[in-house]
Amino acid sequence: MNTPSLSRPVDRRDFLKFSAFAGGGLVLGYYLKSAGSASAAEVVKPAAGAEFKPNAFIRIAPNGVVTLVSKQPEIGQGVKTSLPMIIAEELEVNWKDVVVVQGDLDAAYGGQSAGGSRSTPNNYNEFHKLGATARTMLVEAAAQTWGVPAGECSAAGSAVHHAATKRTLKFGELVAKASTLPVPAAADVKLKDPKDFKLLGTRIGGVDNPKVVTGQPLFGMDTKLPGMLYAVYEKCPVFGGKVVSANVDAIKALPGVKDAFIIEGTANLGGLMPGVAIVADSTWAAFSARKQLKVTWDEGKAANDSWDAFTAKALELSKQPGASTVHQDGDVTTALAGAAKTVEAAYSYPFISHASIEPQNCTAWFKDGGFELWAPSQNPGGGQSAIVSQFGVPKEKVIVHLTRSGGGFGRRLSNDYILEVAAIAQKVSAPVKLTWSREDDLRHDQYRAGGFHFLKGGIDAAGKIVGWKNHFIAFGSVQAGRGGAAPALRAGTGGNLDAEQFPSKFLPNFLNEISVIECNIPMGPWRAPNNNVFSFVMQCFIDELAHAGGRDPLELRLELLAQKMSGNYDAARMTAVVKLVAAKAGWNPKKFPRGQGQGISFHFSHSGYIAQVAEVTVSKQGELKVDRFVCVCDVGQQIVNLSGAENQVQGSIIDGIGTAMFQELNLERGRMVQGNFNDYPMIRMPDAPGKVEVHFLSSNNPTTGLGEPAIPPVAPALCNAIFAACGKRVRQFPISRTDLRWS
Amino acid sequence: MSKYTLNVNGQSRTVDVASDTPLMWVLRDNLDLVGTKFGCGVGKCGACTVHLNGVPTRSCMTSVSTVGRKAVVTIEGLSADGSHPLQQAWCELDVAQCGYCQPGQIMTAAALLKENPKPTDQDIDDAMDGNLCRCATYLRIRAGIKLAAGLTTAGHGGGK
Ligand code: FES
Ligand code: FES
Repeated sequence: MNTPSLSRPVDRRDFLKFSAFAGGGLVLGYYLKSAGSASAAEVVKPAAGAEFKPNAFIRIAPNGVVTLVSKQPEIGQGVKTSLPMIIAEELEVNWKDVVVVQGDLDAAYGGQSAGGSRSTPNNYNEFHKLGATARTMLVEAAAQTWGVPAGECSAAGSAVHHAATKRTLKFGELVAKASTLPVPAAADVKLKDPKDFKLLGTRIGGVDNPKVVTGQPLFGMDTKLPGMLYAVYEKCPVFGGKVVSANVDAIKALPGVKDAFIIEGTANLGGLMPGVAIVADSTWAAFSARKQLKVTWDEGKAANDSWDAFTAKALELSKQPGASTVHQDGDVTTALAGAAKTVEAAYSYPFISHASIEPQNCTAWFKDGGFELWAPSQNPGGGQSAIVSQFGVPKEKVIVHLTRSGGGFGRRLSNDYILEVAAIAQKVSAPVKLTWSREDDLRHDQYRAGGFHFLKGGIDAAGKIVGWKNHFIAFGSVQAGRGGAAPALRAGTGGNLDAEQFPSKFLPNFLNEISVIECNIPMGPWRAPNNNVFSFVMQCFIDELAHAGGRDPLELRLELLAQKMSGNYDAARMTAVVKLVAAKAGWNPKKFPRGQGQGISFHFSHSGYIAQVAEVTVSKQGELKVDRFVCVCDVGQQIVNLSGAENQVQGSIIDGIGTAMFQELNLERGRMVQGNFNDYPMIRMPDAPGKVEVHFLSSNNPTTGLGEPAIPPVAPALCNAIFAACGKRVRQFPISRTDLRWS
Repeated sequence: MSKYTLNVNGQSRTVDVASDTPLMWVLRDNLDLVGTKFGCGVGKCGACTVHLNGVPTRSCMTSVSTVGRKAVVTIEGLSADGSHPLQQAWCELDVAQCGYCQPGQIMTAAALLKENPKPTDQDIDDAMDGNLCRCATYLRIRAGIKLAAGLTTAGHGGGK
């Protein structure tokens, strides 16, 4: 994407050039490459004395109200509150004086994709500079007003103070003067010392909370425009299938229906899939008409695929060497042959859906040869680009307004639903909202891929791990490789078992290899992609080896962490969180009576080092109850919003429990069987543990995100606790498939 | 299409819709009361919960023709200004993540507290079982209900 990088240093010459272009308005050097964009011009328009607008993100009104723009999509991860807090901290504005507004898609803001837990690390340093630069200008404005050196003045509490003469000017009173000042060079802007932070690290409630609890319109689904129509879109239940014919004429005659038509679409499983659109004057009229829709499909090549057949194929592949090697150290075959004891285990997990609570939807208006969209998207820039390439309209003719999203979890990084509504909007001369049913959402997701792992590990007489082999069977398709490599069968999203995945590079005799099953199922990133399942496999198999050797699972883990050979994994950070979680939880698995157990795990992903301890009760009848979770997170130096951070970790833990316990999609005849929450159970309140304790361990590392990294350790901590409680080893998700009865 | 006069949040509202239209879509599309959310359409998520004569009801499963003169209260009508103790507790404890399920959670919890002003933990779990929170904010929902009921002064996992 042709947007400026947030990490780009201030380019003074860019600033001067653009400043002249914009007629002397106040701008900072960041985000200036997009001088041609209409809204960037709007941002730097001279404020006519009304507001101080030191950059695209900050506006200060004479009445003292500070408006901060949140550029990242808000999907429940809390960025609409946490990122503006960073600016406010440096600006020295009282949080009560701040109003946060959602920014639309605009090159002036830099990248706006919310994925990979990158919103915090990608913006943290630059947002400090934005706030500090504006604060420096306000201090300068006050100093000039008083005729004193700026060094004698300081900002605090939405005002600038001159201590020597006890004078104070509120930010609002400085707006006019500050608007005449040049933007200081980066070297003249001093960031706050973290020990002086007043706002960061405290608990701040979500800025939209008052609207959420009173039901005000916020979400994509709540969009309503004058004259808006309502659409549904039916796709082939078999992925990649095409429309042969449909009774669109009969549909058009139904009450409330305005139009019905076939969209040819493409073969791209993440793009505009073929289907039939129905456009009506209300959501219910469209939903009702859909019940009468009869489509003849060409189901295509995937019509006979099934999970059972894939499982059989995986077993067959497991008997052969892997198709390729992911990572190898030493000679695992010899090491396993010489081991005092070996353990073999097969782990598997099914395809699952994101099941964001707000079904996919988007509103589009095609007019004047372009599109205007109201999108609950994690990746609005991706949506814009997809529309540009699908419909051949120029980028500046695709305007994207960002709405709040009712959950994301990676689902809304894919823009299939945005392409669908755009294709529908092109055919109707009115704004139109596309609403997916829950069945659409579960049966046409970009799924978390299933997978199979065939492991063999060896220990010596002391229980030390001497060899580790994993043959991973992933799902994929024939596709071109990175850097233009020729098309070949390659693992899809979720199949990226890379050479850094623990315990890779911690064992002298180690082999991870991979084979790929070809399928035609759309696959996409699901909260902590790859890691959310790899952690289950690796951390449970470590536990199996610990028990096989009569070793304490914590102690064996610490031994493993102490033998790093190479790579980027920070074993010291991990060791620290593991030790702390053991202390906080009171690690002592032997103290539990039969039927109760304690399990431990750790995982590194998305820059976060996380360790967890689970405590469970398993009844003799095999009923599982999660009693307690303790979690320690090292996500760098600074927790931005303590309330939001803790909410993310608590939610990750309960999401991780529910996903492991219940979730599964079954593929039969090329289609997903489950369709709604009656057959796709989600965790509910009674299954949430009573106690979830979250601790943050600050380390001298960059501040990073928390939307994802706390979820991977959940399932293995839970399954290890189940084994400790009842001796049943869970090697397959969902846990409900394993008989946990004991006597 | 037929005309129905409904009593919504104390006001008389007339709509002209198909008789099988779920109350949820009448509220959202016809009356612009979008706090009542669509999550599943089959009565399994609780996002669409409203009160009918004080009883928490899945508006996605309630045809407009069956509502009659029953009093419909939506999240927008729970209080005039967001001052219901649950709404205040939700803000105080920062319960929401995405927030989409929360109007339904609050409506179910409001009916619970009306019936049972001092619920036990078990009462809370039983009453809230029908409301999904995909973001899994269950700990704070529990804490929010207790705070609103005056059973605690602060919850685990929240606070401004
Ligand atoms: S939308 Fe009514 S229960 Fe889910
Ligand atoms: S807060 Fe997102 S579903 Fe409950």
